[in-house]
Amino acid sequence: MTESLKLTVDHAGGIAVLYTEGYINNEGGEQIARAAYRLIEDDQRTLLLNLQGTKIVNSIGISILIEIIEKMIEIDGRLAFCCLTPTIEKTFHIMGLAQYAGIYPDQETAVRELNAGRPA
Amino acid sequence: MADQAILREVTLTLPLETPDVEIAASNTASAIAESMAMSVDKIDEVRMAVVEACINAKEHSRAPDRRVRLTCEVLGERAPEILRITVHDSGVGFDPGAVERPEIATKIKAPDKRGWGLEIMRGLMDDVEIHSGADGTTVVMTKARG
Repeated sequence: MTESLKLTVDHAGGIAVLYTEGYINNEGGEQIARAAYRLIEDDQRTLLLNLQGTKIVNSIGISILIEIIEKMIEIDGRLAFCCLTPTIEKTFHIMGLAQYAGIYPDQETAVRELNAGRPA
Repeated sequence: MADQAILREVTLTLPLETPDVEIAASNTASAIAESMAMSVDKIDEVRMAVVEACINAKEHSRAPDRRVRLTCEVLGERAPEILRITVHDSGVGFDPGAVERPEIATKIKAPDKRGWGLEIMRGLMDDVEIHSGADGTTVVMTKARG
């Protein structure tokens, strides 16, 4: 019954993009965090989480995403999200995540906006 | 709502140790919501709220039988109008009034970033009631079809 998360990392427009597929629970959240921290170690300061393949998240998984946001703030970086289902987006707004992380409708918009906000 | 008839009722008892028990429960709730022609977005909201209610039971109930009971009731006069979901555990209970509402500005700096379950349920459902005591905790959530 366990729905494990598949995670892939790629780059688009100079930004590291993490693509998720499946349920973001505690294990899925930890998996994302490990990948995010590896990217940070590789000097990536802007991360985009593309949730197109994720239809459900839980609060434990989101709490781990908040840890990543905290880390990004510490290093003066940015974490953003794109391609959220309306319910996941609503949940992020309920929690106030949009105050600390960009939420974009699609990857193209996200990459464009994130690049516009980066120092030249 | 009190005078509306129960048109359909499904009850499911699940062992809390089942991996991703919350997904099994949410799949049932989502099938019932779908059967009453609820919109896709509302079904997703119901699903996520059930996930959170079950996770709370799993993480905090300390229920001696290690089980959670999910009841989905379709209410209406003639046609389905409201989905009422009850999530019950026979655990130690808690004082819902003593649960502090989480604030992102505080959580982002705090070592413990958890504690969002009730906030998410309240934000996604039309109404959420929590009854908790020595006999356990019962979360009653409703969502209108339209």
